[in-house]
Amino acid sequence: MQSTVLESRESIAPLVTDAVMQVRDLDFYYGKFQGLKKVTMDIARNKVTAFIGPSGCGKSTLLRTFNRMFDLYPGQRAEGQILLNGRNILDPRQDVNMLRAKVGMVFQKPTPFPMTIFENIAFGVRLYEPLRGRAMEDRVEWALRKAALWEEVKDKLQQSGLSLSGGQQQRLCIARMVAVKPEVLLLDEPTSALDPISTAKIEELMNELKNDYTIAIVTHNMQQAARISDFTTYMYLGELIEFGRTDEIFIKPTKKATEDYITGRFG
Amino acid sequence: MDAIPRESSPLYRRRRVSNAIGLGLSASAMVIGLFALGWILWTLVSEGFAALNWAFFTNSTPAPGTPGGGMANAIVGSLMMVGFATLVSTPIGILAGIYLAEFGAKSRFAQVTRFVTDIMLSAPSIVIGLFVFAIAVATTRQFSGWAGSIALSLIAIPVVVRTTENMLSLVPGSLREAAFALGTPRWKVNLAVTLRAVRGGVITGVLLAIARIFGETAPLLFTSLSNQFFNADMSKPMASLPVVIYNFALSPYEDWQRLAWGGAALIAMIVLAINIVARTMFRDAPRN
Repeated sequence: MQSTVLESRESIAPLVTDAVMQVRDLDFYYGKFQGLKKVTMDIARNKVTAFIGPSGCGKSTLLRTFNRMFDLYPGQRAEGQILLNGRNILDPRQDVNMLRAKVGMVFQKPTPFPMTIFENIAFGVRLYEPLRGRAMEDRVEWALRKAALWEEVKDKLQQSGLSLSGGQQQRLCIARMVAVKPEVLLLDEPTSALDPISTAKIEELMNELKNDYTIAIVTHNMQQAARISDFTTYMYLGELIEFGRTDEIFIKPTKKATEDYITGRFG
Repeated sequence: MDAIPRESSPLYRRRRVSNAIGLGLSASAMVIGLFALGWILWTLVSEGFAALNWAFFTNSTPAPGTPGGGMANAIVGSLMMVGFATLVSTPIGILAGIYLAEFGAKSRFAQVTRFVTDIMLSAPSIVIGLFVFAIAVATTRQFSGWAGSIALSLIAIPVVVRTTENMLSLVPGSLREAAFALGTPRWKVNLAVTLRAVRGGVITGVLLAIARIFGETAPLLFTSLSNQFFNADMSKPMASLPVVIYNFALSPYEDWQRLAWGGAALIAMIVLAINIVARTMFRDAPRN
Protein backbone atom coordinates (compact mmCIF):
# COMPACT_ATOMS: atom_id res chain seq x y z
CA MET A 1 0.00 0.00 0.00
CA GLN A 2 1.40 3.35 -0.96
CA SER A 3 2.07 5.54 2.07
CA THR A 4 0.12 8.75 1.72
CA VAL A 5 1.95 10.53 4.51
CA LEU A 6 4.51 13.08 3.41
CA GLU A 7 8.08 11.99 4.02
CA SER A 8 9.98 14.21 1.66
CA ARG A 9 9.09 17.23 -0.40
CA GLU A 10 8.93 15.24 -3.58
CA SER A 11 5.94 13.21 -2.44
CA ILE A 12 3.55 16.14 -1.94
CA ALA A 13 2.13 15.84 -5.41
CA PRO A 14 0.19 12.58 -5.00
CA LEU A 15 -1.21 13.74 -1.64
CA VAL A 16 -3.09 16.90 -2.61
CA THR A 17 -4.59 16.80 -6.06
CA ASP A 18 -6.26 20.21 -6.12
CA ALA A 19 -4.23 22.76 -4.17
CA VAL A 20 -5.50 26.30 -3.67
CA MET A 21 -2.33 27.38 -1.90
CA GLN A 22 1.13 25.92 -2.17
CA VAL A 23 3.86 26.72 0.29
CA ARG A 24 7.40 26.16 -0.99
CA ASP A 25 10.53 26.48 1.15
CA LEU A 26 9.05 29.14 3.38
CA ASP A 27 11.40 30.78 5.90
CA PHE A 28 10.10 33.34 8.35
CA TYR A 29 12.03 35.72 10.59
CA TYR A 30 11.09 37.80 13.59
CA GLY A 31 14.10 40.10 13.39
CA LYS A 32 17.00 37.67 13.80
CA PHE A 33 14.95 34.80 15.16
CA GLN A 34 13.84 32.27 12.57
CA GLY A 35 10.25 31.28 13.24
CA LEU A 36 9.69 29.00 10.23
CA LYS A 37 12.25 26.77 8.56
CA LYS A 38 11.82 25.65 4.98
CA VAL A 39 8.13 24.81 5.29
CA THR A 40 6.65 23.07 2.27
CA MET A 41 3.05 21.87 2.05
CA ASP A 42 -0.23 22.31 0.17
CA ILE A 43 -3.66 23.54 1.15
CA ALA A 44 -6.31 21.44 -0.55
CA ARG A 45 -9.33 23.13 -2.13
CA ASN A 46 -12.64 22.72 -0.34
CA LYS A 47 -11.05 20.81 2.49
CA VAL A 48 -10.16 21.65 6.07
CA THR A 49 -6.44 21.63 6.82
CA ALA A 50 -5.53 21.74 10.50
CA PHE A 51 -2.22 22.91 11.96
CA ILE A 52 -1.31 21.38 15.28
CA GLY A 53 1.74 21.47 17.50
CA PRO A 54 2.95 22.72 20.88
CA SER A 55 3.07 26.43 21.76
CA GLY A 56 5.68 28.33 19.82
CA CYS A 57 5.93 25.77 17.02
CA GLY A 58 5.07 28.32 14.35
CA LYS A 59 1.54 27.29 13.39
CA SER A 60 0.04 30.76 13.89
CA THR A 61 3.10 32.29 12.24
CA LEU A 62 2.50 30.10 9.21
CA LEU A 63 -1.19 30.94 9.07
CA ARG A 64 -0.43 34.63 9.21
CA THR A 65 1.85 34.41 6.20
CA PHE A 66 -1.09 33.27 4.11
CA ASN A 67 -2.67 36.72 4.25
CA ARG A 68 0.56 38.64 4.80
CA MET A 69 -0.60 39.87 8.17
CA PHE A 70 3.06 40.10 9.16
CA ASP A 71 3.41 43.07 6.78
CA LEU A 72 1.94 45.23 9.52
CA TYR A 73 4.98 44.73 11.69
CA PRO A 74 8.41 45.97 10.65
CA GLY A 75 11.10 43.44 11.41
CA GLN A 76 8.97 40.47 10.39
CA ARG A 77 9.72 39.03 6.99
CA ALA A 78 9.10 35.95 4.92
CA GLU A 79 11.30 34.34 2.28
CA GLY A 80 10.31 31.61 -0.12
CA GLN A 81 7.10 31.20 -2.05
CA ILE A 82 3.44 30.96 -1.23
CA LEU A 83 1.36 30.38 -4.35
CA LEU A 84 -2.30 31.25 -4.38
CA ASN A 85 -3.79 29.71 -7.51
CA GLY A 86 -0.34 29.71 -9.01
CA ARG A 87 0.69 33.27 -8.16
CA ASN A 88 3.28 34.04 -5.50
CA ILE A 89 1.64 36.25 -2.87
CA LEU A 90 4.98 37.14 -1.28
CA ASP A 91 5.86 39.12 -4.39
CA PRO A 92 6.17 42.81 -3.43
CA ARG A 93 3.99 43.65 -6.41
CA GLN A 94 1.07 41.72 -4.92
CA ASP A 95 -1.72 44.04 -3.77
CA VAL A 96 -1.97 43.13 -0.11
CA ASN A 97 -5.49 44.46 0.40
CA MET A 98 -6.82 42.46 -2.55
CA LEU A 99 -5.07 39.41 -1.15
CA ARG A 100 -6.78 39.87 2.18
CA ALA A 101 -10.14 40.17 0.46
CA LYS A 102 -9.54 36.73 -1.05
CA VAL A 103 -8.00 35.17 2.04
CA GLY A 104 -10.04 35.98 5.12
CA MET A 105 -9.10 35.55 8.75
CA VAL A 106 -10.80 35.06 12.10
CA PHE A 107 -8.80 35.41 15.30
CA GLN A 108 -8.74 33.76 18.67
CA LYS A 109 -10.37 36.72 20.38
CA PRO A 110 -13.70 37.76 18.85
CA THR A 111 -13.25 41.28 17.47
CA PRO A 112 -16.54 42.86 16.45
CA PHE A 113 -16.18 46.42 15.21
CA PRO A 114 -17.72 49.17 17.37
CA MET A 115 -20.70 49.42 15.03
CA THR A 116 -24.12 47.87 14.62
CA ILE A 117 -24.33 44.19 13.67
CA PHE A 118 -25.48 45.20 10.20
CA GLU A 119 -22.61 47.64 9.76
CA ASN A 120 -20.06 45.08 10.94
CA ILE A 121 -20.92 42.92 7.96
CA ALA A 122 -21.58 45.71 5.48
CA PHE A 123 -18.23 47.34 6.26
CA GLY A 124 -16.14 44.67 4.58
CA VAL A 125 -18.51 44.23 1.67
CA ARG A 126 -18.51 47.96 0.92
CA LEU A 127 -14.75 47.98 0.50
CA TYR A 128 -14.95 46.12 -2.78
CA GLU A 129 -18.55 46.06 -3.97
CA PRO A 130 -20.91 49.01 -4.46
CA LEU A 131 -23.92 47.26 -2.98
CA ARG A 132 -26.78 49.36 -1.67
CA GLY A 133 -30.17 49.03 -0.07
CA ARG A 134 -31.89 45.73 -0.78
CA ALA A 135 -28.78 44.12 -2.30
CA MET A 136 -26.72 44.90 0.79
CA GLU A 137 -29.45 43.70 3.13
CA ASP A 138 -29.59 40.43 1.23
CA ARG A 139 -25.86 39.98 1.43
CA VAL A 140 -25.85 40.65 5.18
CA GLU A 141 -28.64 38.14 5.69
CA TRP A 142 -26.83 35.59 3.54
CA ALA A 143 -23.62 35.99 5.51
CA LEU A 144 -25.40 35.73 8.85
CA ARG A 145 -27.20 32.59 7.71
CA LYS A 146 -23.90 31.09 6.60
CA ALA A 147 -22.54 31.73 10.07
CA ALA A 148 -25.63 30.23 11.71
CA LEU A 149 -26.33 33.53 13.43
CA TRP A 150 -29.28 34.92 11.45
CA GLU A 151 -32.06 33.50 13.61
CA GLU A 152 -30.48 34.92 16.76
CA VAL A 153 -29.86 38.46 15.52
CA LYS A 154 -32.39 39.11 12.76
CA ASP A 155 -34.46 41.34 15.02
CA LYS A 156 -31.57 43.32 16.39
CA LEU A 157 -29.41 44.18 13.41
CA GLN A 158 -29.21 47.79 14.58
CA GLN A 159 -27.79 46.87 17.96
CA SER A 160 -24.09 47.14 18.61
CA GLY A 161 -21.99 44.14 17.70
CA LEU A 162 -20.47 44.36 21.15
CA SER A 163 -23.77 43.52 22.80
CA LEU A 164 -23.55 39.87 21.69
CA SER A 165 -22.18 37.01 23.74
CA GLY A 166 -18.67 35.66 23.07
CA GLY A 167 -19.84 32.77 20.90
CA GLN A 168 -22.17 35.04 18.96
CA GLN A 169 -19.42 37.63 18.49
CA GLN A 170 -17.14 35.00 17.02
CA ARG A 171 -19.88 33.88 14.64
CA LEU A 172 -20.36 37.52 13.72
CA CYS A 173 -16.67 37.68 12.85
CA ILE A 174 -17.08 34.56 10.73
CA ALA A 175 -20.10 36.11 8.99
CA ARG A 176 -18.09 39.27 8.39
CA MET A 177 -15.30 37.23 6.84
CA VAL A 178 -17.63 35.16 4.69
CA ALA A 179 -19.64 38.17 3.48
CA VAL A 180 -16.81 39.36 1.25
CA LYS A 181 -16.77 35.96 -0.47
CA PRO A 182 -13.13 35.02 -0.05
CA GLU A 183 -11.64 31.83 -1.41
CA VAL A 184 -9.74 30.73 1.66
CA LEU A 185 -10.74 31.04 5.30
CA LEU A 186 -7.97 31.23 7.89
CA LEU A 187 -9.06 30.45 11.44
CA ASP A 188 -6.51 31.09 14.19
CA GLU A 189 -7.67 29.09 17.24
CA PRO A 190 -11.23 30.35 16.69
CA THR A 191 -12.82 28.46 19.54
CA SER A 192 -10.16 28.52 22.25
CA ALA A 193 -11.81 31.49 23.97
CA LEU A 194 -15.33 30.04 23.77
CA ASP A 195 -17.49 27.71 25.82
CA PRO A 196 -18.09 24.10 24.66
CA ILE A 197 -21.53 24.78 23.17
CA SER A 198 -20.37 27.70 21.05
CA THR A 199 -17.36 25.60 20.06
CA ALA A 200 -19.62 22.79 18.89
CA LYS A 201 -21.72 25.23 16.87
CA ILE A 202 -18.68 26.64 15.14
CA GLU A 203 -17.27 23.20 14.37
CA GLU A 204 -20.60 22.29 12.77
CA LEU A 205 -20.31 25.48 10.77
CA MET A 206 -16.94 24.51 9.39
CA ASN A 207 -18.33 21.31 8.02
CA GLU A 208 -20.91 23.33 6.12
CA LEU A 209 -18.52 26.05 5.01
CA LYS A 210 -15.97 23.72 3.48
CA ASN A 211 -18.36 22.94 0.67
CA ASP A 212 -17.87 26.46 -0.64
CA TYR A 213 -14.56 27.53 0.84
CA THR A 214 -11.12 26.22 1.63
CA ILE A 215 -10.37 26.29 5.34
CA ALA A 216 -7.08 26.38 7.23
CA ILE A 217 -7.36 26.20 10.98
CA VAL A 218 -4.79 26.47 13.74
CA THR A 219 -5.80 24.66 16.88
CA HIS A 220 -4.09 23.51 20.03
CA ASN A 221 -6.99 21.15 20.64
CA MET A 222 -6.06 17.87 18.99
CA GLN A 223 -9.48 16.38 19.37
CA GLN A 224 -10.88 19.30 17.43
CA ALA A 225 -8.33 18.73 14.67
CA ALA A 226 -9.23 15.06 14.55
CA ARG A 227 -12.94 15.86 14.47
CA ILE A 228 -13.15 18.44 11.75
CA SER A 229 -10.12 18.36 9.47
CA ASP A 230 -9.33 16.43 6.30
CA PHE A 231 -5.60 17.12 6.35
CA THR A 232 -3.36 17.75 9.34
CA THR A 233 0.03 19.38 9.65
CA TYR A 234 2.15 18.71 12.70
CA MET A 235 4.75 21.37 13.42
CA TYR A 236 7.50 21.67 15.98
CA LEU A 237 9.99 24.49 16.58
CA GLY A 238 9.27 26.12 13.24
CA GLU A 239 9.61 22.99 11.16
CA LEU A 240 6.98 20.96 9.43
CA ILE A 241 7.34 17.50 10.90
CA GLU A 242 4.48 15.69 9.25
CA PHE A 243 1.69 16.49 6.80
CA GLY A 244 -0.99 14.05 5.71
CA ARG A 245 -4.59 12.92 5.76
CA THR A 246 -6.04 13.40 9.21
CA ASP A 247 -7.36 9.87 9.62
CA GLU A 248 -3.96 8.47 8.79
CA ILE A 249 -1.92 10.82 10.94
CA PHE A 250 -4.04 10.22 13.99
CA ILE A 251 -4.13 6.47 13.58
CA LYS A 252 -0.69 5.76 12.28
CA PRO A 253 1.74 8.66 12.10
CA THR A 254 5.06 7.91 10.45
CA LYS A 255 7.23 10.05 12.70
CA LYS A 256 7.78 9.25 16.36
CA ALA A 257 7.67 12.96 17.20
CA THR A 258 4.16 13.19 15.83
CA GLU A 259 3.09 10.10 17.68
CA ASP A 260 4.49 11.46 20.94
CA TYR A 261 2.57 14.70 20.54
CA ILE A 262 -0.67 13.09 19.52
CA THR A 263 -0.66 10.61 22.34
CA GLY A 264 0.01 13.38 24.80
CA ARG A 265 3.45 12.24 25.80
CA PHE A 266 4.48 15.86 25.57
CA GLY A 267 3.19 19.25 24.49
CA MET B 1 1.93 25.04 62.84
CA ASP B 2 -0.58 27.08 60.97
CA ALA B 3 0.70 30.19 59.25
CA ILE B 4 -2.70 31.79 58.82
CA PRO B 5 -2.62 35.22 60.46
CA ARG B 6 -5.20 35.49 63.19
CA GLU B 7 -6.92 38.67 64.32
CA SER B 8 -4.80 38.78 67.41
CA SER B 9 -1.43 38.36 65.72
CA PRO B 10 0.84 41.42 65.84
CA LEU B 11 1.41 41.31 62.07
CA TYR B 12 -2.28 41.54 61.35
CA ARG B 13 -2.80 44.32 63.85
CA ARG B 14 0.08 46.29 62.37
CA ARG B 15 -1.40 45.93 58.94
CA ARG B 16 -4.76 47.17 60.10
CA VAL B 17 -3.17 50.19 61.68
CA SER B 18 -1.13 51.09 58.59
CA ASN B 19 -4.23 50.56 56.45
CA ALA B 20 -6.17 52.97 58.62
CA ILE B 21 -3.36 55.52 58.51
CA GLY B 22 -3.13 55.28 54.74
CA LEU B 23 -6.87 55.69 54.30
CA GLY B 24 -6.89 58.57 56.75
CA LEU B 25 -4.13 60.43 54.97
CA SER B 26 -5.74 59.94 51.53
CA ALA B 27 -9.11 61.07 52.80
CA SER B 28 -7.58 64.17 54.38
CA ALA B 29 -5.81 65.05 51.17
CA MET B 30 -9.06 64.72 49.30
CA VAL B 31 -10.90 66.87 51.81
CA ILE B 32 -8.24 69.57 51.59
CA GLY B 33 -8.41 69.57 47.81
CA LEU B 34 -12.19 69.62 47.73
CA PHE B 35 -12.25 72.31 50.38
CA ALA B 36 -10.00 74.53 48.31
CA LEU B 37 -12.13 73.96 45.22
CA GLY B 38 -15.31 74.53 47.17
CA TRP B 39 -13.99 77.76 48.62
CA ILE B 40 -13.04 79.10 45.20
CA LEU B 41 -16.38 78.22 43.69
CA TRP B 42 -18.27 79.62 46.66
CA THR B 43 -16.36 82.91 46.51
CA LEU B 44 -16.94 83.24 42.79
CA VAL B 45 -20.61 82.48 43.03
CA SER B 46 -21.32 84.64 46.05
CA GLU B 47 -19.43 87.65 44.67
CA GLY B 48 -20.29 87.23 41.04
CA PHE B 49 -23.82 85.90 40.94
CA ALA B 50 -25.31 89.24 41.84
CA ALA B 51 -23.80 90.72 38.70
CA LEU B 52 -25.27 88.10 36.37
CA ASN B 53 -28.46 89.77 35.26
CA TRP B 54 -30.06 90.23 31.86
CA ALA B 55 -28.07 93.41 31.24
CA PHE B 56 -24.85 91.49 31.80
CA PHE B 57 -25.49 89.42 28.72
CA THR B 58 -26.94 92.08 26.48
CA ASN B 59 -24.99 95.25 27.15
CA SER B 60 -21.38 95.93 26.29
CA THR B 61 -18.70 97.06 28.71
CA PRO B 62 -19.54 100.50 30.13
CA ALA B 63 -17.42 103.51 30.88
CA PRO B 64 -16.63 103.59 34.61
CA GLY B 65 -19.44 104.97 36.66
CA THR B 66 -22.07 104.33 34.00
CA PRO B 67 -24.89 102.12 35.24
CA GLY B 68 -26.40 99.18 33.39
CA GLY B 69 -23.28 97.88 31.71
CA GLY B 70 -22.57 94.27 30.84
CA MET B 71 -20.04 91.98 29.20
CA ALA B 72 -21.83 91.18 25.97
CA ASN B 73 -18.88 92.18 23.79
CA ALA B 74 -16.49 90.10 25.88
CA ILE B 75 -18.80 87.08 25.85
CA VAL B 76 -19.30 87.24 22.10
CA GLY B 77 -15.60 87.83 21.55
CA SER B 78 -14.66 84.83 23.65
CA LEU B 79 -17.23 82.64 21.92
CA MET B 80 -16.03 83.62 18.48
CA MET B 81 -12.34 83.23 19.16
CA VAL B 82 -12.72 79.98 21.07
CA GLY B 83 -15.10 78.72 18.41
CA PHE B 84 -12.71 79.42 15.59
CA ALA B 85 -9.78 77.99 17.54
CA THR B 86 -11.79 74.79 18.10
CA LEU B 87 -12.62 74.49 14.40
CA VAL B 88 -8.95 74.75 13.55
CA SER B 89 -7.40 72.72 16.34
CA THR B 90 -9.78 69.75 16.34
CA PRO B 91 -9.03 68.28 12.88
CA ILE B 92 -5.33 69.12 13.10
CA GLY B 93 -5.06 67.66 16.58
CA ILE B 94 -6.97 64.47 15.80
CA LEU B 95 -5.09 63.79 12.57
CA ALA B 96 -1.76 64.41 14.27
CA GLY B 97 -2.83 62.12 17.11
CA ILE B 98 -3.71 59.39 14.61
CA TYR B 99 -0.35 59.86 12.90
CA LEU B 100 1.53 59.54 16.17
CA ALA B 101 -0.46 56.50 17.28
CA GLU B 102 0.12 54.76 13.92
CA PHE B 103 3.75 55.67 13.23
CA GLY B 104 5.00 56.88 16.58
CA ALA B 105 7.28 53.98 17.17
CA LYS B 106 8.60 53.58 13.68
CA SER B 107 9.23 57.00 12.23
CA ARG B 108 11.91 59.47 13.30
CA PHE B 109 9.68 62.32 12.22
CA ALA B 110 6.90 61.02 14.47
CA GLN B 111 9.21 60.91 17.48
CA VAL B 112 10.25 64.49 16.86
CA THR B 113 6.60 65.49 16.51
CA ARG B 114 5.71 63.92 19.81
CA PHE B 115 8.63 65.66 21.51
CA VAL B 116 7.62 69.05 20.12
CA THR B 117 4.00 68.45 21.13
CA ASP B 118 5.07 67.70 24.68
CA ILE B 119 7.08 70.91 24.82
CA MET B 120 4.23 72.98 23.48
CA LEU B 121 1.89 71.36 25.97
CA SER B 122 3.87 72.86 28.82
CA ALA B 123 4.95 76.08 27.13
CA PRO B 124 3.92 79.19 29.07
CA SER B 125 0.91 80.65 27.32
CA ILE B 126 2.38 84.11 27.38
CA VAL B 127 5.25 82.89 25.24
CA ILE B 128 2.75 81.59 22.72
CA GLY B 129 1.01 84.95 22.84
CA LEU B 130 4.22 86.83 22.16
CA PHE B 131 5.06 84.50 19.31
CA VAL B 132 1.72 85.12 17.63
CA PHE B 133 2.20 88.84 18.30
CA ALA B 134 5.46 88.71 16.37
CA ILE B 135 4.11 86.82 13.39
CA ALA B 136 0.53 88.05 13.09
CA VAL B 137 0.23 91.39 14.83
CA ALA B 138 3.55 93.13 14.31
CA THR B 139 3.55 92.13 10.65
CA THR B 140 0.06 93.35 9.91
CA ARG B 141 0.23 96.23 12.39
CA GLN B 142 -3.18 95.20 13.58
CA PHE B 143 -4.44 93.54 16.72
CA SER B 144 -7.21 91.17 15.70
CA GLY B 145 -9.55 88.38 16.71
CA TRP B 146 -7.82 86.16 14.14
CA ALA B 147 -4.50 86.56 15.96
CA GLY B 148 -6.18 85.73 19.24
CA SER B 149 -7.73 82.63 17.72
CA ILE B 150 -4.41 81.49 16.33
CA ALA B 151 -2.80 81.83 19.75
CA LEU B 152 -5.62 79.81 21.33
CA SER B 153 -5.30 77.14 18.64
CA LEU B 154 -1.61 76.74 19.34
CA ILE B 155 -2.50 76.02 22.94
CA ALA B 156 -5.39 73.66 22.15
CA ILE B 157 -3.71 71.55 19.46
CA PRO B 158 -1.16 69.78 21.71
CA VAL B 159 -3.93 68.89 24.17
CA VAL B 160 -6.04 67.26 21.46
CA VAL B 161 -3.02 65.49 19.97
CA ARG B 162 -2.05 64.05 23.31
CA THR B 163 -5.53 62.81 24.27
CA THR B 164 -6.19 61.36 20.83
CA GLU B 165 -2.89 59.50 20.78
CA ASN B 166 -3.43 58.14 24.28
CA MET B 167 -6.96 56.97 23.51
CA LEU B 168 -5.90 55.31 20.25
CA SER B 169 -3.10 53.43 21.94
CA LEU B 170 -5.75 51.80 24.13
CA VAL B 171 -7.36 50.13 21.13
CA PRO B 172 -6.29 46.49 21.16
CA GLY B 173 -4.12 45.37 18.28
CA SER B 174 -6.57 42.56 17.59
CA LEU B 175 -9.25 45.03 16.50
CA ARG B 176 -6.90 46.69 14.02
CA GLU B 177 -5.76 43.33 12.70
CA ALA B 178 -9.38 42.25 12.22
CA ALA B 179 -9.97 45.32 10.06
CA PHE B 180 -6.79 44.75 8.06
CA ALA B 181 -7.71 41.10 7.60
CA LEU B 182 -10.74 42.19 5.55
CA GLY B 183 -8.51 44.03 3.12
CA THR B 184 -9.27 47.48 4.55
CA PRO B 185 -6.79 50.16 3.45
CA ARG B 186 -4.78 51.71 6.26
CA TRP B 187 -6.47 55.13 6.28
CA LYS B 188 -9.86 53.51 6.57
CA VAL B 189 -8.77 51.26 9.43
CA ASN B 190 -7.66 54.37 11.28
CA LEU B 191 -10.70 56.53 10.65
CA ALA B 192 -13.57 54.09 10.43
CA VAL B 193 -12.51 51.49 12.99
CA THR B 194 -9.81 52.55 15.44
CA LEU B 195 -10.90 56.16 15.86
CA ARG B 196 -14.51 55.10 16.04
CA ALA B 197 -13.73 52.70 18.85
CA VAL B 198 -12.55 55.55 21.07
CA ARG B 199 -14.64 58.42 19.77
CA GLY B 200 -16.01 59.17 23.24
CA GLY B 201 -12.53 59.63 24.63
CA VAL B 202 -11.44 61.78 21.72
CA ILE B 203 -14.49 64.04 22.08
CA THR B 204 -13.66 64.35 25.77
CA GLY B 205 -10.17 65.48 24.82
CA VAL B 206 -11.56 68.14 22.51
CA LEU B 207 -13.99 69.37 25.17
CA LEU B 208 -11.23 69.60 27.74
CA ALA B 209 -9.10 71.59 25.30
CA ILE B 210 -12.01 74.00 24.82
CA ALA B 211 -12.43 74.36 28.57
CA ARG B 212 -8.74 75.13 28.84
CA ILE B 213 -8.57 77.84 26.20
CA PHE B 214 -11.79 79.45 27.36
CA GLY B 215 -10.01 80.80 30.42
CA GLU B 216 -6.63 81.67 28.88
CA THR B 217 -5.69 85.31 29.31
CA ALA B 218 -2.00 85.72 28.47
CA PRO B 219 -2.18 84.67 24.81
CA LEU B 220 -4.94 87.18 24.19
CA LEU B 221 -3.23 90.15 25.81
CA PHE B 222 -1.03 90.96 22.83
CA THR B 223 -3.04 89.44 20.06
CA SER B 224 -6.68 90.33 20.25
CA LEU B 225 -5.98 93.11 22.77
CA SER B 226 -9.45 94.12 23.88
CA ASN B 227 -12.24 96.36 22.74
CA GLN B 228 -14.56 98.48 24.87
CA PHE B 229 -17.19 98.45 22.13
CA PHE B 230 -19.15 95.61 20.67
CA ASN B 231 -17.20 94.12 17.78
CA ALA B 232 -17.91 90.95 15.83
CA ASP B 233 -15.30 91.63 13.18
CA MET B 234 -12.43 89.19 13.71
CA SER B 235 -9.98 91.35 11.83
CA LYS B 236 -10.16 94.03 14.51
CA PRO B 237 -9.31 93.95 18.22
CA MET B 238 -11.86 91.93 20.12
CA ALA B 239 -12.86 91.85 23.75
CA SER B 240 -12.71 88.55 25.57
CA LEU B 241 -13.88 87.52 29.02
CA PRO B 242 -10.47 86.77 30.56
CA VAL B 243 -8.85 90.00 29.34
CA VAL B 244 -11.77 92.20 30.33
CA ILE B 245 -11.85 90.58 33.76
CA TYR B 246 -8.13 91.25 34.07
CA ASN B 247 -8.57 94.90 33.18
CA PHE B 248 -11.66 95.48 35.31
CA ALA B 249 -10.39 93.63 38.36
CA LEU B 250 -7.29 95.81 38.54
CA SER B 251 -9.27 99.00 38.16
CA PRO B 252 -10.34 101.20 41.09
CA TYR B 253 -13.97 101.34 39.94
CA GLU B 254 -16.54 99.40 41.94
CA ASP B 255 -18.97 98.70 39.12
CA TRP B 256 -16.12 97.42 36.98
CA GLN B 257 -14.96 95.18 39.77
CA ARG B 258 -18.49 93.87 40.19
CA LEU B 259 -18.65 93.07 36.46
CA ALA B 260 -15.27 91.33 36.74
CA TRP B 261 -16.65 89.06 39.47
CA GLY B 262 -19.61 88.29 37.27
CA GLY B 263 -17.34 87.41 34.38
CA ALA B 264 -15.19 85.19 36.57
CA ALA B 265 -18.26 83.36 37.87
CA LEU B 266 -19.48 82.89 34.30
CA ILE B 267 -16.18 81.43 33.13
CA ALA B 268 -16.05 79.12 36.13
CA MET B 269 -19.56 77.85 35.42
CA ILE B 270 -18.88 77.32 31.72
CA VAL B 271 -15.64 75.42 32.38
CA LEU B 272 -17.32 73.35 35.07
CA ALA B 273 -20.22 72.53 32.74
CA ILE B 274 -17.90 71.48 29.91
CA ASN B 275 -15.93 69.23 32.25
CA ILE B 276 -19.06 67.61 33.63
CA VAL B 277 -20.49 67.01 30.16
CA ALA B 278 -17.19 65.63 28.92
CA ARG B 279 -16.77 63.24 31.78
CA THR B 280 -20.32 61.95 32.00
CA MET B 281 -21.76 61.90 28.50
CA PHE B 282 -18.71 60.72 26.69
CA ARG B 283 -17.29 58.35 29.21
CA ASP B 284 -15.43 55.67 27.29
CA ALA B 285 -14.52 52.32 28.70
CA PRO B 286 -11.91 50.67 26.49
CA ARG B 287 -13.90 48.06 24.66
CA ASN B 288 -12.91 44.53 23.76
